Amino acid sequence: MLVHSRKGRWAAWICFAVLFVPLFAVPLLVIVAASFATNWSGVLPSGSTVEHYAAATRGESLAALGVSLQTALLASVLALVIGTWAALSAASAARHGWVRRVLDALFVLPVAVPSVVVGLAVLVAYSRPPVAFNGTRWIVMLAHTVLVTAFAYQSVSAALARLDPAYEQAAASLGARPWYVLLRVKLPLLLPSLTAATGLCFALSMGELSATMMLYPPDWMPLPVQIFAATDRGSLFTGSALAVVLMAATSLVLFAVSRVRTRASYR
Amino acid sequence: MSEARRSGIRFEEVTVAYDGTVVLDGFDLTVEPGEVMALLGPSGSGKTTALRAVAGFVRPAAGRVLIGDRDVTGLPPHARDVGMVVQSYALFPHMRVADNVAFGLKARRTPRGEIAARVAEALEMVGMADYARRHPRELSGGQQQRVAIARALAVRPGVLLLDEPLSALDARLRSGMLAELDRLHRELPDVSVLYVTHDQVEALTLADRVAVMDRARLREVGTPEQLYRAPRRTFTADFVGAANLLPVVGAPGGTVRFGDARLKVASPAPSAGAEATLCVRPHRITLGEEAANVLRGTVTAVQWRGATHRVAVEVAGREVVAELPETAEPPAVGAEVPLSFAVRDGVLVDD
Repeated sequence: MLVHSRKGRWAAWICFAVLFVPLFAVPLLVIVAASFATNWSGVLPSGSTVEHYAAATRGESLAALGVSLQTALLASVLALVIGTWAALSAASAARHGWVRRVLDALFVLPVAVPSVVVGLAVLVAYSRPPVAFNGTRWIVMLAHTVLVTAFAYQSVSAALARLDPAYEQAAASLGARPWYVLLRVKLPLLLPSLTAATGLCFALSMGELSATMMLYPPDWMPLPVQIFAATDRGSLFTGSALAVVLMAATSLVLFAVSRVRTRASYR
Repeated sequence: MSEARRSGIRFEEVTVAYDGTVVLDGFDLTVEPGEVMALLGPSGSGKTTALRAVAGFVRPAAGRVLIGDRDVTGLPPHARDVGMVVQSYALFPHMRVADNVAFGLKARRTPRGEIAARVAEALEMVGMADYARRHPRELSGGQQQRVAIARALAVRPGVLLLDEPLSALDARLRSGMLAELDRLHRELPDVSVLYVTHDQVEALTLADRVAVMDRARLREVGTPEQLYRAPRRTFTADFVGAANLLPVVGAPGGTVRFGDARLKVASPAPSAGAEATLCVRPHRITLGEEAANVLRGTVTAVQWRGATHRVAVEVAGREVVAELPETAEPPAVGAEVPLSFAVRDGVLVDD
């Protein structure tokens, strides 16, 4: 605690509550409240129902959840592999500073560019033979991968920079070849960062809307698009229920991912 | 795997530079098979760079490194067959002690049946057999140190590289580990050891020979006794133990002159009129006129240091320090006293 006096501590907590509650907590609580509402014209909703959830967990909506989960799973796993690979390459080329700078720049691009633009770019680039992904689910997965790999690259890069080179060197001096060192020493030591990166990528992909809007085919509609469509046609409460389902599914997967750290929690 | 490979280390004119800064300059040194060689020097002297050149973590800009008869200059670290222990130990935190020790054996595809026996043997050697199932984080610094040594020895390297292995330990543990390392080397007489340290006590205690380094260069190599009793350079005299370094002038009759005093020294005297530096160890100087060379001066400071009194005496405008056995009546500050030392205790050093 940086604040030592009792008064100061209270002031800090109140300040935090004043900022946090309206900015972050209230909107999410309102969504949850709305998802149970039959009608909301006053300050509080009138009447409660679970009908929206019944709608949100069957048919088209259930399919959308499945689509989102599959897309996020594939995108985050691909992002992890590509991001880790690139981060390892950048670290091993440390002697040539420009390699690292080029890679950093390349991977920050999809973050710096608005995701609508990334969506459009992917659409234009892969709409013609030889790679005509247009109108298939693959183009959605591709765009998500492009968007989230940047985050995987950055978090693995940061973790690599923190990794004491003495481990790698000790392993090498014991006679371990670079592959063996990577599999038995570096990757296990990086595991906490790898799982955290996967979780982050997964969450980002689950919530991605703007690029997806540009690309999704009728048979591959992720949940955020479904939510947007529901609210757009005025079904605010159904949209809220879908949003709560999205939140719950994402949190559940993140929680599961965070449990993978048991073996790696040695520090 | 061959059992008793006796391989020494040879540096031939090894030069290492980082970004244009030379950190090791024309380094020439031979470590005989089975010898313990200490690289002693202040930080930035290039001693760790020399060790890393053997391990393969720095690539020399010029020169060759040989292990046994093998030129390893261009070989990657994993092909060099060395054991290494670093200051931070670098035990793999995600593996148990036994797996840490087995790491090198598994990496080298040692047959499974043999690994367990070798791990047990290595842990036994450092007295850590009871800790095989622990994780490194559950061990004290001294225990981690032992495991790191066991891990390096398990692969039976011809060459053992120790990079400041004791500097993370407290003083008492350190002297215990020194004795332990000494015992280990007696048990493994064929292993050549390169021991990097900035601590002269470690170097003098453990090493068969000591290489003194300063500012990227090798200054002097010799047995601990040689370096301590008869250093040839000012830097060595000063860095290895305390020293009085006095400017003297060559005088007729094979003597040197310091102020008014005529002194006889063990080294060949310089020609008359030539300048030189005389090195005398403080604890070799006694109060009184018993020994051959006598200096007279005024006491400027007296420090009680438990077993000794450290007495500073101003002689001919220079401070001469004498480390005297503790007495009930040390000389008083301001008193005129004679100091003396034997001929064999005075040596001339070069800059």
